[in-house]
Amino acid sequence: MTLPRVRALVVKELLAVLRDKKSRIMLVMPPLLQLTIFAFAATLEVKNVDLAVLDNDGGKAAAELTQRFTGAPYFKNVFSLQGMGEVAPALQNERAMAVLVIDQHFSRDVAAGRPARVQLLLDGRRSNTSQIVQGYAARIVEQYSRDLSDRYGLAEPPATLVARNWFNPNLEYLWFTVPNLIGMLSMVVGLIVTSLSVARERELGTFDQLLVTPLSPLEILAGKTIPAMVLGLAEGFLIVTVAITLFGIPFHGSLAVLAVSLFLFMLSVVGFGLFISSLCNTQQQAILGTFTFMIPASLLSGFATPVETMPQFLQVISLANPMRHFLVAVRGILLKAMPLSTVLETVWPLAVIAVATLALAGWFFRKGLE
Amino acid sequence: MSDALVRAEGLVKRFGRAAPPALDGVTAEIGAGMVTGLVGPDGAGKTTLIRLMAGLLAPEEGGITVFGFDAARESDAVHERIGYMPQKFGLYEDLSVAENLRLYAEVRGLPAAERAAAFARLLGFTGLAPFTARLAGRLSGGMKQKLGLACAMIRRPQLLLLDEPSVGVDPLSRRELWRMVRELAEEGIGVVWSTAYLDEAEGCDRVLLLSEGRLLFSGPPAELTGRVRGRVVQVRGIAGGRRAVLRRALGKPGVLDGVIQGRHVRLVLGADAQPPVPQEIGAGPEAVVVPAPPRFEDAFVDVLGGGPGGVSVLAGRMEGKARSAAHVIEARGLTKTFGGFTAAREITFAIPQGEIFGLLGPNGAGKSTTFKMMCGLLTPSSGQALVDGVSLLEAPGLARARIGYMAQKFSLYGTLSVRQNLDFFSGVYGLTGARRKAAVDGMIETFALGPHLSASADILPLGFKQRLALACAVMHEPAVLFLDEPTSGVDPITRREFWTHINGMVEKGVTIMVTTHFMDEAEYCDRIALVFRGRVIAIGSPDDLKEGVRGEALPDPSLEDAFVALVERDGNGDGGKSAAPGEAA
Amino acid sequence: MPPALRRLLAIMVKEGLQIVRDPSSILIGFILPVFLTLLSGFATNLDIKGVPIGLVLEDASPEAQSLAASFLATTAFKTRVGRDRREFAEDMVSGRVRGMVVIPQTFSRDLAQADESVPFQVIADGGEPNTATFVQNYAQGVWFAWMETRAREGGREFAMPVNLLPRTWFNEELLSLASLLPGGMAINLTLIGALLTALVVAREWERGTMEAMLATPVGRFEMLAGKIVPYFLLGMGALFICLWITLAVFGIPFRGSIPALMAVSAVFLLSALGLGLFISSAAKNQFVAAQSSILAAFLPAYFLSGYVFEPSGMPLPIRILSHAIAARYYVSCLKTLFLVGDEWSLLLPNMGGMAIIACVLLGLALKKTARRIA
Repeated sequence: MTLPRVRALVVKELLAVLRDKKSRIMLVMPPLLQLTIFAFAATLEVKNVDLAVLDNDGGKAAAELTQRFTGAPYFKNVFSLQGMGEVAPALQNERAMAVLVIDQHFSRDVAAGRPARVQLLLDGRRSNTSQIVQGYAARIVEQYSRDLSDRYGLAEPPATLVARNWFNPNLEYLWFTVPNLIGMLSMVVGLIVTSLSVARERELGTFDQLLVTPLSPLEILAGKTIPAMVLGLAEGFLIVTVAITLFGIPFHGSLAVLAVSLFLFMLSVVGFGLFISSLCNTQQQAILGTFTFMIPASLLSGFATPVETMPQFLQVISLANPMRHFLVAVRGILLKAMPLSTVLETVWPLAVIAVATLALAGWFFRKGLE
Repeated sequence: MSDALVRAEGLVKRFGRAAPPALDGVTAEIGAGMVTGLVGPDGAGKTTLIRLMAGLLAPEEGGITVFGFDAARESDAVHERIGYMPQKFGLYEDLSVAENLRLYAEVRGLPAAERAAAFARLLGFTGLAPFTARLAGRLSGGMKQKLGLACAMIRRPQLLLLDEPSVGVDPLSRRELWRMVRELAEEGIGVVWSTAYLDEAEGCDRVLLLSEGRLLFSGPPAELTGRVRGRVVQVRGIAGGRRAVLRRALGKPGVLDGVIQGRHVRLVLGADAQPPVPQEIGAGPEAVVVPAPPRFEDAFVDVLGGGPGGVSVLAGRMEGKARSAAHVIEARGLTKTFGGFTAAREITFAIPQGEIFGLLGPNGAGKSTTFKMMCGLLTPSSGQALVDGVSLLEAPGLARARIGYMAQKFSLYGTLSVRQNLDFFSGVYGLTGARRKAAVDGMIETFALGPHLSASADILPLGFKQRLALACAVMHEPAVLFLDEPTSGVDPITRREFWTHINGMVEKGVTIMVTTHFMDEAEYCDRIALVFRGRVIAIGSPDDLKEGVRGEALPDPSLEDAFVALVERDGNGDGGKSAAPGEAA
Repeated sequence: MPPALRRLLAIMVKEGLQIVRDPSSILIGFILPVFLTLLSGFATNLDIKGVPIGLVLEDASPEAQSLAASFLATTAFKTRVGRDRREFAEDMVSGRVRGMVVIPQTFSRDLAQADESVPFQVIADGGEPNTATFVQNYAQGVWFAWMETRAREGGREFAMPVNLLPRTWFNEELLSLASLLPGGMAINLTLIGALLTALVVAREWERGTMEAMLATPVGRFEMLAGKIVPYFLLGMGALFICLWITLAVFGIPFRGSIPALMAVSAVFLLSALGLGLFISSAAKNQFVAAQSSILAAFLPAYFLSGYVFEPSGMPLPIRILSHAIAARYYVSCLKTLFLVGDEWSLLLPNMGGMAIIACVLLGLALKKTARRIA
């Protein structure tokens, strides 16, 4: 492997991407735009819930309880229903996410110190939301209960746990989403830069031109890997910078450790990209191939749903997914100041993935597609 | 012409504000009952003009009427009456021959009652009847072309527009197509045939000659050819190198243009100029100058003001290669199969140093496959491809540093500037430091690339692209040069310049292997291998091949005549019946 | 038959033949939907169980042991017991445990006198807020249950003055899959409608067949309709494949009717096809077409439709934006059809929303479909 030849390849590759204004913009704008939109969109938080109240009681306690719900920050639109007949339609056509049904004897029971009951009917179509709303409602009712116990001097129920969360005390959802998006968007850029560059050269005939020069397969591989790494790492750090400045995500760990894990991550992503492109003759195949890889890679990454809840065979498959390893590291470094030793324990599979995919890609480059 | 089908008046069309106009003030007419040739190199504006006639583009200035309808505003009326075959033939490759025909019959509203008769007529006419069930994508170039033509004329249009119908088609199919088109013209249909092959112009009734968007000439081709009548000569009986003779002849005042034609040299003289004395240009004692019939290309070059001269600055800068008696390039029984299909079968030849060796054949015949095996881009299924005695496939980088390669369509990096392309190729060939700088500067000077250094390769004029591609291929001074269709579609001046450099390099001892489907280009070769349906059917010098078919019927055969005759003699009389599908990549 | 209808039929037949013979149609039209449905069926599960936590037992009293046993007994947690909280601090960082329950030395003492505060601590890993909330809520549940049992054993009974009785309708067991899988069908139809059609039209430009067609009497309406009908049918085919997998493999209920599903899907497909045709009328090569349809169709359908993420939790500008995404209305219809039934009061307004988007997009596509090349 000679340095000048590889350097010529690297320079060419970088110029090919950076010289054209349109492709420069394509490299920077879409990821940042996606970061901003998806950071806010990809949330399992629940706000602005529509709540209907059917007050069959009409007493003072019922009004108080309703007032508690209206005053809570999660409920946006609290409206009342006039009779049992209105409950089902309100839920069915999604006018209300939940209906609070207050018993006829509610105020009387409360006043008499008898256990009073309220029903909460939830829309199970949005299963996650209804679980969370149920939690909100339980807290409101419990707090109301405690206030009543105080007021009437009743026996105290056990105290409530005070939530303590490390690393993200207020459970800011963005602190979870944004680090994940750092991984996902860097991966998209890394894949597009690599998988399309080879396919484009194949379509234009320049790849044949490369193969007849003295360049060895290893040099071609290096010449494709290094520029993609440069671009991918630059992109990754750009996204990290924006994430920290724009969204105020804490950065407790060390930049060097982040650099190490981002490097390994990009290397494995580039490996996958080159491997895909070594199998494709046209850009269309490359983009469909990339897409077909992206979907399972993001589903099995622990972004949308935790890896631990997946069936065993998918957990095994997900070990080959660079995102799965990197997301743990990036969240750890940003929020938990994960030290280098722990990061390496987490991300060493990335090195294995990178070596395997790059070796396969190099082999296919030379073997050609006949 | 009072019965003109198409009238164009001062047509101007630009694509993009900064770009030079694709058509610049073209005024022309197309008549019924004749074949009108739309002739010119790539980028001359042929396709733009044909699309304007088909109502697919609107002119920026000027107007165009077809059958009296405004082609831009009343395009529906125009579409009812024309047949149009775009480049690449406009066929659905996933559909069979019959399905393509049926589709075009339906969209053109062919009455169901006439369908059977029309299909029978067209299938008979094109010889496609045995292949109705085959997918269009699996047809050979010639068959695709015939099917495209059949689809375009399914309802017997009054005007038939054919955009570069003969690209990539073998000479046999090309002749058949001409025969068909002639028949149509005799029936009163107006045919427009666009082509970059100047030899096709001579077969047209009228010609519109385009260059860089301007109409250079309009009229019968003989009228243009007439301007060089009596000024075309051939130097025959040359002893010694004809390339040197050509170079010296072009240096003489009064010689406007010259090309190599087999073992002869063909010259076009300026008005009132005397032909050079053969002995003064070193042609040997036996050499004589005889008058030759003028060709359309001679006239075109004359209109453009003559050829580029015969001295290659590039070759002048090169050091001579050490001579060796061994064969530089050798193919031994090369065979390549893709699945069940044999793209190349038992191909054998050997090329000595300092020879230009051509692989001649239509697209899909197997010449690209053979070429790629020689360069080490494809692994042969059996046999050996050797350069300097080693296979490039396994050869270390050192062996590959001895070759240069120039691909079809000039494989340059379009988004990189001229200088960046040069820097890149000098880098991958391992040139460093002062040598690299000298090589790059030398190429810039040789090819006069200076003014374009920071321009992207994509936006270069075609001629400069050709120069840059050659510069990138030879800047490391290779001993062997592989050229894949180097000058197809290029204007004649640029082509001459290109071959001047090649000739110069050959004189320095460089060995050249070239593929082409272009007969004129083949004339530059010392020897040619005719490739047809995956096999080499003949090898020899252009003159040997012509000589081999000379007879009563063909007293003075052209290379194309030789090709056709050899193919027929090979027992595969009809190219259209070839079982070969499109060449696999 | 009028000529225009004949032309339309001929183009439809041609498209149909191409679908059957083109590998990328088969990939996007059949293989991806099956693959995606199966994958998301197995992989996307928001129902958390077996979360690894660490239990630090600093107090050896019987009470502490008893509470620890309660934590060990629940399947919601995979509990590892340690003696020192430092044992788990590192695991919290590496993510090997998602939370810590610390029962301190003072536990039994505080338990005896405390009624204002809980005598132990639960610390969750806030790095994954969803899991953290789950850990806190579940730990709370364990604590309450333990206290209740203790009180009952001690002969005391305490009751809350007000009790909340939650009940979930439509999806009684709150299976997240039952709401995720129907939504996933919207993603599949988006891919067929937008990505595949955009690619197909771009390919016609690249291969020059579009140019040949434009020079025939085919009108742009025929051109568009000739593409819409076959891909519409392909989309419907894929819909039923997904439906079958969802019902047969994953046992999700379907409480609506097939005609209602077809009606809703038809309107959605029209909008997706409109988007695909609009993209491809602007992008004449497959690369740009693929990139723009992923950007403009797939990603919004994934993120903004309510398929996984609830639009109501998003900031106002994004919520407004999500109303321009047809998939949003479709996801809502699909969930209702599967879990509720033919609830027309919900389906009709959503169909209206999709219809408006479809009209706009198809209109734009029709306007942009050139009768000319440039």
